Amino acid sequence: MSLYYVQKFLFELNRDAEMQARYATDRQAAIEPFELTEEEQAALVEPDIGKLFHLGVNGQILMHFAALHQIEWQDYLQRMRDGIAEHGPVREGVYAMTGYEGTDAHAKALGQETP
Amino acid sequence: MTLVYAGVCSHAPGITGRADQADPDVKDRFYAAFDQMAADIEASGAEAIIVIAAEHFANFFMNNMPSFAIGMADSYPGPIEDPAWLGIDKFSAPGDADLSRRIITEVMQTVDVSYAEEWKFDHGIAVPLHFLTPKFDTTIIPVNINCQGPPLTPITRAWAFGEALRRAVDSVPEKVAIVGTGGISHWPATPDSGKINEAWDQDFLDRWCRNDKAALLDYTDEQVYADAGQGGFEIRTFITVAAAAGGAKGTVHFCEPIPIFAVSCTVASYELSL
Repeated sequence: MSLYYVQKFLFELNRDAEMQARYATDRQAAIEPFELTEEEQAALVEPDIGKLFHLGVNGQILMHFAALHQIEWQDYLQRMRDGIAEHGPVREGVYAMTGYEGTDAHAKALGQETP
Repeated sequence: MTLVYAGVCSHAPGITGRADQADPDVKDRFYAAFDQMAADIEASGAEAIIVIAAEHFANFFMNNMPSFAIGMADSYPGPIEDPAWLGIDKFSAPGDADLSRRIITEVMQTVDVSYAEEWKFDHGIAVPLHFLTPKFDTTIIPVNINCQGPPLTPITRAWAFGEALRRAVDSVPEKVAIVGTGGISHWPATPDSGKINEAWDQDFLDRWCRNDKAALLDYTDEQVYADAGQGGFEIRTFITVAAAAGGAKGTVHFCEPIPIFAVSCTVASYELSL
């Protein structure tokens, strides 16, 4: 696991037009300089939004990445839900650190319906 | 006394990016509150606006994350997001490096801050400016508080930072407005997006309007996360504005949940003694 470098790649991609151009041309080459596992590389190249959320990518970083790929908002949210359903709870990062239990558990704790 | 305006507002990207998906009635009333905020700032005579935002990894990352950062440039580009997605075209907002330097120098007397001569705006600043200075013709000084990458800036330090900002603003001859942007409860950019804890928001804003320091600092990150989501960490920006207001009392001009915008959309301000 190298969540730090997954997020660092996305941080640099999200704010740099030249890097976005390189990524658009050759995604695999764009991520080459970063120390990533094969699982992480595959998620970034596809891109697999659900897997990236499961790996622990901060939503504020992931949201901008999804926007870069023109992923519609409701589709973006659903991809994250599907990622949790398919792969399990968030592995690490801010959501795991503070106890991410999923949308149903959060809604129940607040006495609300799942959005 | 050169602080001429102190207020807070929401900055969620959906406010501009998903405007067509919101209930038109509530959206229009929220936009009207934003327009009134713009008019109030203009009427204050503010020559510059300090925008205290919780940025979202547009400039700062966990390789070198400042607790506090202040921009020190003559211009700032934005937004970093896809313009069509955010609903805001690319722009360049004017800054004032000299004014920033004077303010930073004074803040540093009591609070350690980082300064940045490069700063790209994300929605945390771009969305408020879209309403407050739609022509991007007012001097902006961007400020960031780490609300994203734990360990986060302690809220007690956010208060101290607000006091330091007030002292710094009062030390310059220019008329300055301070606008905090962020929160309140929300779970932005996660599968929980759209969830809003309205009761928690109202309680927080009550503390904010009373400018009750003890009550505003009576939060832990664990409590905030459980009750208000990771977006609730952005109360730091509101708390800094409360401290900068120097005991003034506040008024909430608009606060209603708009789930497609992912937050209780808020506009509030303090009545400063000028």
